[in-house]
Amino acid sequence: MIRKTNIFQEIDWSVVLIFITLMLMGWFNIYAAVYDEKHKSIFDFTQRYGMQLIWIGASLLLALIIMTLDVKLFSFFSYVIYGMSIGLLILVLIIGKEVNGAKAWLAIGNFSLQPAEFAKIGTALALAKFLSQYNIKINDFQTLTPISIILIIPVALIALQPDAGSILVYTAFAFALFREGLPGIVLFFGFTLIVLLFLSLVAPQLRILIVLLVLAFSAFALITRRYKESLIGLAIYIGSVGLIWGFSLLLGSKLGYYKILAFSFFLAGFAYLIIGFFRRIPLLNTFVIFMFGAIIFTNSVDYVFHEMMEEHQQKRVNILLGLESDPLGYGYNVNQSLIAIGSGGFFGKGFLQGTQTKFNFVPEQSTDFIFCTIGEEWGFLGSIVVIGLFMYLMYRIIVISERQRSTFTRIYGYSVASIFFFHFTINIGMTIGLLPVIGIPLPFFSYGGSSLWAFTIMLFILLRLDTTRTELLK
Amino acid sequence: MNPFAERKYVIGAIYGLVGLIFIIRLFWMQVIDNSYKLSAENNSRRNVVQFPARGLILDRNGKLIVYNEAAYDLMVTPFQLKAFDTIEFCNLIGLSKTDLVLALDTAKSYSAFKSSEVVKQLSAETYARLQEKLYKYPGFYVQSRTLRKYNYNIAAHLLGYVGEVDQKIIDKNPYYKTRDYIGISGLERSYEEQLRGRKGVNIFLVDVHNRVVGSYFKGKFDTASLVGSDLTTTLDADLQKYAEYLMQKMHGSVVAIEPSTGEILAMASMPTYNPGLLVGRIRQKNFRKLLLDTLNQPLFDRAVMAKYPPGSTFKLINGMIGLQEGTLKPEYSYSCFLGYHAGGLTVGCHPHHSPLSLLGGIQNSCNAYFCNVFRNIIDNKNYESVEEAYNMWRYHVLSFGFGKKLGVDLPNELNGYIPDAGYYDRYHGKGRWKSLTIVSLSIGQGELGITPVQMANMAATIANRGYYYTPHLVKGIKGQKEIDKKYREKHFTDIDTAFYSPIIEGMSLAVKGGTATIARLPDIEVCAKTGTAQNPHGEDHSIFIAFAPRNNPKIAIAVYVENGGFGATWAGPISSLLIEKYLKDTVSRPWLEEHLLKFNKPYR
Repeated sequence: MIRKTNIFQEIDWSVVLIFITLMLMGWFNIYAAVYDEKHKSIFDFTQRYGMQLIWIGASLLLALIIMTLDVKLFSFFSYVIYGMSIGLLILVLIIGKEVNGAKAWLAIGNFSLQPAEFAKIGTALALAKFLSQYNIKINDFQTLTPISIILIIPVALIALQPDAGSILVYTAFAFALFREGLPGIVLFFGFTLIVLLFLSLVAPQLRILIVLLVLAFSAFALITRRYKESLIGLAIYIGSVGLIWGFSLLLGSKLGYYKILAFSFFLAGFAYLIIGFFRRIPLLNTFVIFMFGAIIFTNSVDYVFHEMMEEHQQKRVNILLGLESDPLGYGYNVNQSLIAIGSGGFFGKGFLQGTQTKFNFVPEQSTDFIFCTIGEEWGFLGSIVVIGLFMYLMYRIIVISERQRSTFTRIYGYSVASIFFFHFTINIGMTIGLLPVIGIPLPFFSYGGSSLWAFTIMLFILLRLDTTRTELLK
Repeated sequence: MNPFAERKYVIGAIYGLVGLIFIIRLFWMQVIDNSYKLSAENNSRRNVVQFPARGLILDRNGKLIVYNEAAYDLMVTPFQLKAFDTIEFCNLIGLSKTDLVLALDTAKSYSAFKSSEVVKQLSAETYARLQEKLYKYPGFYVQSRTLRKYNYNIAAHLLGYVGEVDQKIIDKNPYYKTRDYIGISGLERSYEEQLRGRKGVNIFLVDVHNRVVGSYFKGKFDTASLVGSDLTTTLDADLQKYAEYLMQKMHGSVVAIEPSTGEILAMASMPTYNPGLLVGRIRQKNFRKLLLDTLNQPLFDRAVMAKYPPGSTFKLINGMIGLQEGTLKPEYSYSCFLGYHAGGLTVGCHPHHSPLSLLGGIQNSCNAYFCNVFRNIIDNKNYESVEEAYNMWRYHVLSFGFGKKLGVDLPNELNGYIPDAGYYDRYHGKGRWKSLTIVSLSIGQGELGITPVQMANMAATIANRGYYYTPHLVKGIKGQKEIDKKYREKHFTDIDTAFYSPIIEGMSLAVKGGTATIARLPDIEVCAKTGTAQNPHGEDHSIFIAFAPRNNPKIAIAVYVENGGFGATWAGPISSLLIEKYLKDTVSRPWLEEHLLKFNKPYR
């Protein structure tokens, strides 16, 4: 049974209101960020704020168009849209123009288009389409493989540009997958991975390994309560340490402590796996494989960081980890950004009164560092209003997603929420010094047509889908 | 129902957690932590300090002694630096490349955003050459300052010098900021507040390239600098110069005072140094050199810091105390057999008529006479004990301004020393000392420590017949109606005016035909007293005090020549020439000058 509904009655007006509010706030802040005495009019189209108004107008038009489109189109053409965005990503690698060392822009006349921004929509649609099939079991190999392919193709293409920020956003889909039943352990391992990544950059490998070994043995003993087996396991490990040590002495090659301990674990680990297979000890395999993975992972991080990364990339990581402080060098941006936001105080300096952003102390102030202007001119009060609006927007999107009968819309909705969440987290986290400097726009605030249009399309597809929540069963 | 519906809470919780972390972080940054606000001010506001020129220093006749010369400090703001032609730049400013690199490193480690100096006090010529090319060197700019310049090479000690403030001063006085100048010694220090003027500041807003983009609040918070007030001193530049000229080979001091006002006409401490040595970039080096000259101690301001025994000049004081206490009458006469002999103790004297009355005693500076005078004061039966009599004596002595700072407007004046009864109690034991024990005080020997300025003040007090004005160097400060009240107050001694007459008569006789005939001037009645102070450091100090004319005195003077021997040999001629120079503006006895310039006592 299909029941036609009135779009204007069913559309989620609170989201539309937030959308317009955020866009206008963004526009005023861009005006404040690049304001100069010579071009006082906010409607001056030679300036960024004038241009942004054009982008905003176009966004509203786009939103209107999307609302009038047949809702079945999105589901029906999901793969087509996905394919088109992939096509654009390939095209940009061929004919794109290079800005700051990245081939991320397609020049069309005077306008530049950033395909990576639009690729997220295509990916979200394709993912939703694939997962909303009947009888899909997310943990099946047959399911995970196509999902990985859907995700990896755009990621790989973006990596070729390269654009680290956009790649990172693709992790957002993990939330959508999690909602659809991806085991929590995957999120847990993702988290562990990040902790390990951090540790392997700041701490010596040997220390990490020792901590991991102690944790693994004691956790296994405590969780499984198989104390006897744990002791035997420990004995096996100590035995293999002795064995490897002996061999290294015999061969006359001096292995360091780290290598001896690590190799010994691999030796002992195989023994554990064999024992585990025959005696069916629960969780043993998980622990062993986790340890294998952890050791390999810390090693590869170490290798990538020291052998593959270039100096400026190493520095950026170091600054993030607080290992390096260099106010004029790579940390300059963050430092200036912190000063701008910090100097805003509780009430802020007032509209157009910001001195840090106004006089170009903050780099990229109208794009990636637009939050500085908010922080400086509107203070803590303005900052929590902006954060509050984003939090409410994401909350509304989750609410919208959850009220769908259509799996397609729900998955798409969670993808949208998570993409917003990642942009929000990485962008603001970077300006307040909690995350590394990764160029990524703040939705609806940062200057630029591509990102504004992409977020508008993304959001309004969801709103359009939402208007028919009572019509469709699927 | 979807089996994983519960997971929306997990996702929502993660979103919420991030939002919460952001809010906490922002609250910390924006509301609690203040360091970012300070950084922001420094980031975008450039305070350009307008340094006022220091006030000029003039002599009593309006002659310019100290004035200012423009100098230019080369400053750098490290984060604006771009690669530049270091060799050309070094040549421009006359600095070696290593020094430049060192200066830039220091500046960087101080602050990347705040400016530091690279080279201090470039000359006007260097600045002119540099200015044309400065546009090629972003990050560098020039700040103009003023340096002291001296018209006369005189009075280094009392003029003092100017230097940069140190951290201690900055902590104590918020007016001063790093790199400010402050008077460190002498008049520059005493009158720092008047001389320095007031700094002004222009606040500009600058962008990231340190380009000025406008004035802060349209200049509402800008302040204009105020030029320092000129200081007119009581010095007579010519007299000062002459004093230093005469004493150029000696160690010692001259202080000349106008008795009717307490104004210091000349105040020399020898050896001295060229005040220009302690200006600007060369100051550190020269200061160390002067400081290390321990033999001559040129930095030591003997006029207000050196404690000498007063020698025979002190007989005048003892005479007056005796007269005041009634233990002495001018007609009392005492015999002298080449000295004073009592109880196995002998105070030697030179051959002269005997016996002598008070006038003769002063005229011939008879030691025996004043031993008697002093013992009569101390053994006065009106007092119950020696201590009591001594304390009374000391009380009279202190009323002449001895034993404590007079309050001269110089920062480093010392007290001098007049022992109290407790000192002798400690030294000899209570009740174990009597007048004979301390009889050396009668002739100005013993434990007495008197500074030259106190000595000159004594001469002025006698000239005034019983009072003095605190000696001072300030005659007027521009924009100020009167000098400090403490320099306009009479201080009376507790000796009656009447008792001054015989003393002055004795001093006059000493010049007419006694120990001080060297000071005689044809048509001016000079009153004087010689002194020869034994000291443990070698030959006696040559001492001379004088004032002239006898009636309505215009100048009172005290001269010390360390290890000079008899008072009349060195200190006397100096006093005499200075009096003549000051009163008649000519010098009629060139042979005396020649004699003084031949001074050749080795100082070890």
